[in-house]
Amino acid sequence: MEWLVAGATGLLMGAGVYLLLAPRAFTVVLGLLLLSYGANLLVFAAGGLTVDRPPLAPTRPGTTDPLPQALVLTAIVIGLAMTAFALALVLWSARRTGVTPNADAGAAQPPADGRAPAADTGQPRP
Amino acid sequence: MTTALPPLLLPLLPLLGAVLAPVAERWHPRGPGIVAAVATGSALLVALLAAPGIAAGNAQTFAIPWVPALGLELALRLDGLSLTFALLVVGIGLLVGLYARYYLPEETPRGGFHGLMLAFEASMLGLVLSDNLLLLVLCWELTSLLSFLLVAFEPEDRRARRGAGVALVVTAAGGLALLAAALLLGHVASSYRISDVLAAGAALHQDPLRTPIVLLILLAVFTKSAQVPFHAWLPAAMAAPTPVSAYLHSATLVKAGVFLLARLWPLLGSTDAWLILVSLVGLASFVFGAYVALFKNDLKGLLAYSTISHLGLIVFMFGLGSPLAAIAGLFHVLNHAVFKASLFMSVGIVDHETGTRDIRRLGGLMACLPITGTLALVAAAAMAGVPLLNGFLSKEMFFAEAADPPIAAAWPAALKTLMHILLPAAALLGGAFSAAYSLRFGHDVFFNGPPRTGRCPPHEPSWWMRLPVAALVALCVLVGLFPNQTVQPLLLMASRAMLGPLPEFHLAVWHGVSPALLMSAGALCVGVLIYVLRGPIFTWHERHLTRPRAERVYLRIAGWLVSAARELPARLGPATLPRSTAWLFATALAAGVLGWWAAGTGAGLFGSRAPLPVNVPALVAALILAASVLAMVRHPERRFAAVLYAGAIGLTVSLAFARFSAPDLALTQIAVEVVTALLLLAVLALLPSDAARTVAPGTAGSVPPRALRLAVAVGVGLGSAVLAAVLLLHPDNGSIATWYLAQAQPAAHAGNVVNAILVDFRALDTLGEITVLAMAGLAVHLLLDDTGAAPSRISRANAPPSDPDGAGRLLLRVLALLLPPAALLVAVFLLLRGHEAAGGGFVAGLVLATALVLDWLAWGVPTPPRGPRPVVLIGIGLALAWLTALAPLVLRHALLTSFHWQGRLPLVGEVSVGSTLVFDTGVLLVVAGTILAVFQRLAGPPAAATGDG
Repeated sequence: MEWLVAGATGLLMGAGVYLLLAPRAFTVVLGLLLLSYGANLLVFAAGGLTVDRPPLAPTRPGTTDPLPQALVLTAIVIGLAMTAFALALVLWSARRTGVTPNADAGAAQPPADGRAPAADTGQPRP
Repeated sequence: MTTALPPLLLPLLPLLGAVLAPVAERWHPRGPGIVAAVATGSALLVALLAAPGIAAGNAQTFAIPWVPALGLELALRLDGLSLTFALLVVGIGLLVGLYARYYLPEETPRGGFHGLMLAFEASMLGLVLSDNLLLLVLCWELTSLLSFLLVAFEPEDRRARRGAGVALVVTAAGGLALLAAALLLGHVASSYRISDVLAAGAALHQDPLRTPIVLLILLAVFTKSAQVPFHAWLPAAMAAPTPVSAYLHSATLVKAGVFLLARLWPLLGSTDAWLILVSLVGLASFVFGAYVALFKNDLKGLLAYSTISHLGLIVFMFGLGSPLAAIAGLFHVLNHAVFKASLFMSVGIVDHETGTRDIRRLGGLMACLPITGTLALVAAAAMAGVPLLNGFLSKEMFFAEAADPPIAAAWPAALKTLMHILLPAAALLGGAFSAAYSLRFGHDVFFNGPPRTGRCPPHEPSWWMRLPVAALVALCVLVGLFPNQTVQPLLLMASRAMLGPLPEFHLAVWHGVSPALLMSAGALCVGVLIYVLRGPIFTWHERHLTRPRAERVYLRIAGWLVSAARELPARLGPATLPRSTAWLFATALAAGVLGWWAAGTGAGLFGSRAPLPVNVPALVAALILAASVLAMVRHPERRFAAVLYAGAIGLTVSLAFARFSAPDLALTQIAVEVVTALLLLAVLALLPSDAARTVAPGTAGSVPPRALRLAVAVGVGLGSAVLAAVLLLHPDNGSIATWYLAQAQPAAHAGNVVNAILVDFRALDTLGEITVLAMAGLAVHLLLDDTGAAPSRISRANAPPSDPDGAGRLLLRVLALLLPPAALLVAVFLLLRGHEAAGGGFVAGLVLATALVLDWLAWGVPTPPRGPRPVVLIGIGLALAWLTALAPLVLRHALLTSFHWQGRLPLVGEVSVGSTLVFDTGVLLVVAGTILAVFQRLAGPPAAATGDG
């Protein structure tokens, strides 16, 4: 069972990274989503797998580690907020440019409405 | 050794003055000058009052711990050596402050100037008094920083800005080397106390770290004291106002390096690296500086190179390994500070009265400035080493040491002979150049024909401006005539603190005819000869030695570094999101692999915990998960399908949580899944389809190649799978979990340990997390504030145009009528039971938010809006949580202390309530408010949500 969970974690992380490197913004959000599933499982794994011993009173010997659970619980909710924020950026960018941001516009770039001052970051413009 | 106030008062008084000076300017334009004089004067008084005791050999210490864990303490020690340097700093500080008061133009912000000068004085005093290596490094860097601010005091002057930058980079780099050396020294001596480190000499001499320590310290010394080849910054810093040059760049700042040499001389002065490097670099700087100074046309440039030369002389004396030479070095520190500061101030007067510092445009000033001229001539003579002046005495000691260098004692015979010829020759050459440039300084400026300046006749400045110069020149003469009555006690005190038992030495104007006297006379004669023959020598220099200027070399190196740094990102490809992300993950992967490889844990990687058996449901779930992930990766452009896959993945993950004893996580994950799916769908509805769109034209290379993406992804996946397996199979040998499990009931009155951790044990984390959550919600709220940005502005109360009566959403609306009350009930239930069983504020908030979102999707927001707005919900939630966190402070308890009440209520029965419930309610409100806020912005008006799908 442990190997199965480890494999699932690896698959989620790998797929998340692959999608994160995609040129389209919505795909990037999907990648973030998968990545956070994977990361949550990884943190959860730190407590080991225990069946039928939830950290609820009355605690019996062999009760599972509650600390990773507390960490993951907040991580899940923060992950939701991050997804929401990423989606907001995508939408904001789409509204400004009329184009879904792709690799060129990036999710964190200033609006390309032509009037935004182009910050000189030494970034090459091919 | 006693704990005494003077060591603390010395740096504290100027520091106080530094704070008061800018304030005093508002009160009166002359205020800062008075503050400076009072602060420095009282510090001088403190130093003088402490002097008799110190001279008797009683060092005074003051120490309070600062950061004990780092070995940093505010330890100050006033002994003979530090008192001598402190007297130098304070005494010249007083005179320069007085001088600056009349030198600076009226419009100069005096508060800032005197404030910075006083702050510099305080940090310099901290440096010489420090008894802690780390404190010394701190003060060392402070002096560099304040020097930067003072050089660039007129920021509109481009030359000043550049010079300040050069000085800062060079001296601060030396400061970093000093920090490394201090850490190594502290490590070897196992104490950062300088007195302890000095006492641990024997241990240090056996340590293999000895040579690196010496090299790092010398790097710091050579940069700070402007020794070749790190001297470029000192001439560049001459763009500073003249009082700054007189104070920092002749008398004090540049002496910090020499001070460190003197401080550590007993400890390291006899190591090979020290002897060779210090003596050679010192001698090279002495000759080189003197030679270059001869050809400088700018008076301050001449003095700057002369300073490099004299510092070289002093450094050389500390590199000979003989106590007598070290004493002579100390003596010259004092002499040089006195005559060089007075020369800088004279140059300032000349500049002030004629408007130029160019030797070629000056001349014959003796007629117009007889008093200043006389003073400057005496000081220049001291600089040249003319008898009956202070410079002569220490220079003669220098010649005596160079003529009979003790360094050669242990060396092979041939080298010894070479040294016996080379050292005296170099000393003689340098001495001759010194005499020549001093003569040029005196003769070219004050004689050499009639005045040539435009603004002639210049007149003598006010007496107040000449007074500091006169005082210093008087010192030159007094020390030169009566060394035993004036400087010897000071020198004895400093040397005794540095060396302990002293060798025989006595200062005298007349030692009889010795090699040193002959060398002195020879240097003066050759110097005069060089000056007489200056015409041909200058021509020869111009023709044959067009050497690169040090500052230019520095700027070229700096420019090359900057352009290389600019080019680097260009070589990494276009700075697009996918590329940057790829770099990020590739670097993380490389770091992880490297760490693993370096740790060398190949065998026994996976622990010995017996794995749980795999059963059919688990296998099926895993298959569903794998299939969904693969389908999503294969066709991410099928966006609605991808949302469904994501849902399936999330549900599988929550099943895993449920199976492996994490009911809270399972609940939360399911609730989050619902909200995530709704969010994704809502956004998809608004987002234009870009299925056909590829990367915008002309952006080739903006996406990493597919193979690279795959490689990074596989690497990260494999890495995390291995990591997860290591974690999962690690044998369970006790963790802090045991503590939490045992303490949840007695300490937090909680049955649900996860909830106890969230709202009680680690509530501060949760507080931070919900604050972040609120920030995300507010960010979305502001980011998509669609005033003018939305493509179509549809009133939210209106039904969609295609569906005016909302008939198409009848079912939804009926459902939305029934669900929210039920959801509210469930949320309250989850919240209340959270402390005992699965549930809690996070899940309750998610459930409530889902119901509210449903209601909003079905009915929209009525105009005018009724009910609380999401931002208000967030605010109330945050306020509740923070109040619960801060309230215990009022009752003098620690932050976030929880209170508990258990009792019996009529009708309800046994009740157990804690203040954590209020905290959890805050969490609920923040979560619900955030999600609602996000939805109202993300999905836009509900009409649009059903518009184009």
